[in-house]
Amino acid sequence: MTLIGWVQIGFLLALVLASIKPLGLYMAKVFSGEKTVLAPVLGPLETAIYKLSGINRDKEQGWLAYTLAMLAFSVAGFVVLYAIMRLQAYLPVNPQGFGAVPSDLAFNTSASFVTNTNWQNYSGEAVMSNFTQMAGLAVQNFLSAATGMALAIAVTRAFIRSKAETVGNFWVDTTRATLYVLLPLSIIVTIAFIFLGLPQTMDGSVTATTLEGAKQVITLGPVASQEAIKQLGTNGGGFYNANAAHPFENPNAIANYINIFAMLSISAAMVYMFGQMTGNRKQGWVLISAIAVLLIAGIGITYWAETAGNPILTSLGLDPSMGNMEGKEVRFGQAMSTLYTAVTTGLSDGGVNSMIGSYTGIGGLVPMFLIHLGEVLPGGVGSGLYGLIVFAVLSVFVAGLMVGRTPEFLGKKIESREMKFAMLAVLILPLVILAFSAISAMLPAAVAAIGTPGPHGLSEILYAFTSAAGNNGSAMAGLSGNTVWYNTTLGISMLLGRFAYVVPVMAIAGSLAAKQKIPSSKGTFPTDTPLFAGLLIGIILILGGLQFFPSLALGPIVEHFAMMAGQTF
Amino acid sequence: MLKHLRPAFSLVILMTLVTGVAYPFAMTGVAKVAAPAKAEGSLIAKDGQIVGSTLIGQNFSSDRYFWPRPSATSPNPYDPTGSGGSNLGPTAAKLKDRVAGDVDKLKKTGVATPIPADAVTASGSGLDPDITPQNALMQVGRVAQARGLDVGKVADLVNAHVEKRLFGFIGEPHVNVLELNMALDALKS
Repeated sequence: MTLIGWVQIGFLLALVLASIKPLGLYMAKVFSGEKTVLAPVLGPLETAIYKLSGINRDKEQGWLAYTLAMLAFSVAGFVVLYAIMRLQAYLPVNPQGFGAVPSDLAFNTSASFVTNTNWQNYSGEAVMSNFTQMAGLAVQNFLSAATGMALAIAVTRAFIRSKAETVGNFWVDTTRATLYVLLPLSIIVTIAFIFLGLPQTMDGSVTATTLEGAKQVITLGPVASQEAIKQLGTNGGGFYNANAAHPFENPNAIANYINIFAMLSISAAMVYMFGQMTGNRKQGWVLISAIAVLLIAGIGITYWAETAGNPILTSLGLDPSMGNMEGKEVRFGQAMSTLYTAVTTGLSDGGVNSMIGSYTGIGGLVPMFLIHLGEVLPGGVGSGLYGLIVFAVLSVFVAGLMVGRTPEFLGKKIESREMKFAMLAVLILPLVILAFSAISAMLPAAVAAIGTPGPHGLSEILYAFTSAAGNNGSAMAGLSGNTVWYNTTLGISMLLGRFAYVVPVMAIAGSLAAKQKIPSSKGTFPTDTPLFAGLLIGIILILGGLQFFPSLALGPIVEHFAMMAGQTF
Repeated sequence: MLKHLRPAFSLVILMTLVTGVAYPFAMTGVAKVAAPAKAEGSLIAKDGQIVGSTLIGQNFSSDRYFWPRPSATSPNPYDPTGSGGSNLGPTAAKLKDRVAGDVDKLKKTGVATPIPADAVTASGSGLDPDITPQNALMQVGRVAQARGLDVGKVADLVNAHVEKRLFGFIGEPHVNVLELNMALDALKS
């Protein structure tokens, strides 16, 4: 680790911190239905969209109708995306003339993009036409992110309202999230990306003759516009197979800075927005500081592990000062690679600018563990906020049990019904991850897909299901995941990780919205204090992380000791 | 659920028009006007022929050129139609063997250990256009000998091509291999 490395990391985090308040206030305005500065331009478009879709913007929905609308919207997105992939040979803007995407891969990819996971079992530059990329995949980058934001807004409203039967209108929330937040920010980021060298063209590829006389086919496409929403929507699905390690997605240090800033800022600002909308800004900052402690710890450990390097390689005569460079780009080095990795898994982005599969044992453990924590640091856009609220509700309940006070969060009593649903949601992740990993580890055909045998092989399988169920999308990509078994099981994991989690969360929202908001009294356990931040950190670590420790011990931890002992597999 | 399907499908289709067609095409239009060369992939030409992109690494194996990092793309190194890293874990025997082989190859060119790590490790993209300044300086002796050039002159060329950290702290110092090799070809001996 170097001082300059930490200055780079610190400066970027400071920029994000500075953006939290203005962006949070803006989003609070958007989702309160207020007029924003963009209303003169986008207002007519918004109205036209409602009219054409038969949406009554003034009619609010109860939690169940809201959830059903969300499910219907996801089904529609899935069907349209699946159809585009299967029919891409007959659709325009296909300069490379790609044929149909195979059915199991199309299923996996549709599930992946509709759930905001963006796990990529395909190589974009070799399978997907420019049309599929921009009108199929990138559209779900917008819509799955907007869906997450809408759900988070509905949960937020449950704390604002008293004795309410409704939590908002899903169609309006999703449309406003897309038009007023994601689209304008994407335009700004795309323009910055274009000036930094990301390609933005409808052409397919150019053939160059290298200085040594070889042919090199350089694949192009509308990369900048897709990269912008990939980060802002915490999607992570890259235009290219190598994702943000590819020089066309991430050509230099400034582009890398914008990439990380874009993925982190909206999610962090949404936590502030929660404080603003519920009338307790201090609550927002307390939640943000709890997240920051865990995220910075994750960054620090990954950075340390990767700079410490791989003794197996240094014993061959490598200069140890650069750390573990396998799978990393020279222009980013250790600090900017490990920062990206910790942020992409603390969030549910899943894009990578270095290959996590080649990280050291501990360096690879951290991103996996950050996803195990439920991706609430600060998590995907929207999904991070409602995940965090679930943990806050659990913390309040545990605190209530410890000190014998009535558990209350922001004036809402937390009772057994909310606790049951919260536990149901929290248990989905370990159930899906551990069950599918265990089955895969016993199936010869599934084991055959691993890239590096030994403990790393188990890490590869565990990481795949962790990433899918956590809707992250990053990978230890030594695993050849493009098989019928993995396409199917990972697809199911992604759908369960998203929808089986969010339905109980929405049930909590419905139940809380219906309760009377009670003013805080002397008997209330205050939740906007450093004490509560500490308690929240403990709950996230224990409930989110502890259940995965045995499996981590068998994978990355064994691998770490093997690496230190110089053992190879 | 059924009554939600009409707004669901129409919203998906309308949003496809806005975010999937209007947005990328508008951005492509902006790019054509604002930064056409960059939008088309930062291509560079020599004698009217495209020799590559400044952003995409290419393979060099001749002693007369500076070598890039090992590339894990298949079937050929530095193939942009299949970007990616080796994805080998740190304890993989394959990784150890590959690195040991590359270390031997470099030692035969007369370089001493320790070897800069980037010279024998594969990048994440398989297309890394850069090497570290230490790696470039390590290769100066071999390149100068192959071209019959003065070692000091080649070292000066390398130093002139080192891109420093932005504002002194953002990014890592690096040397673009293709640009360095083109400058090398342009050098009068």
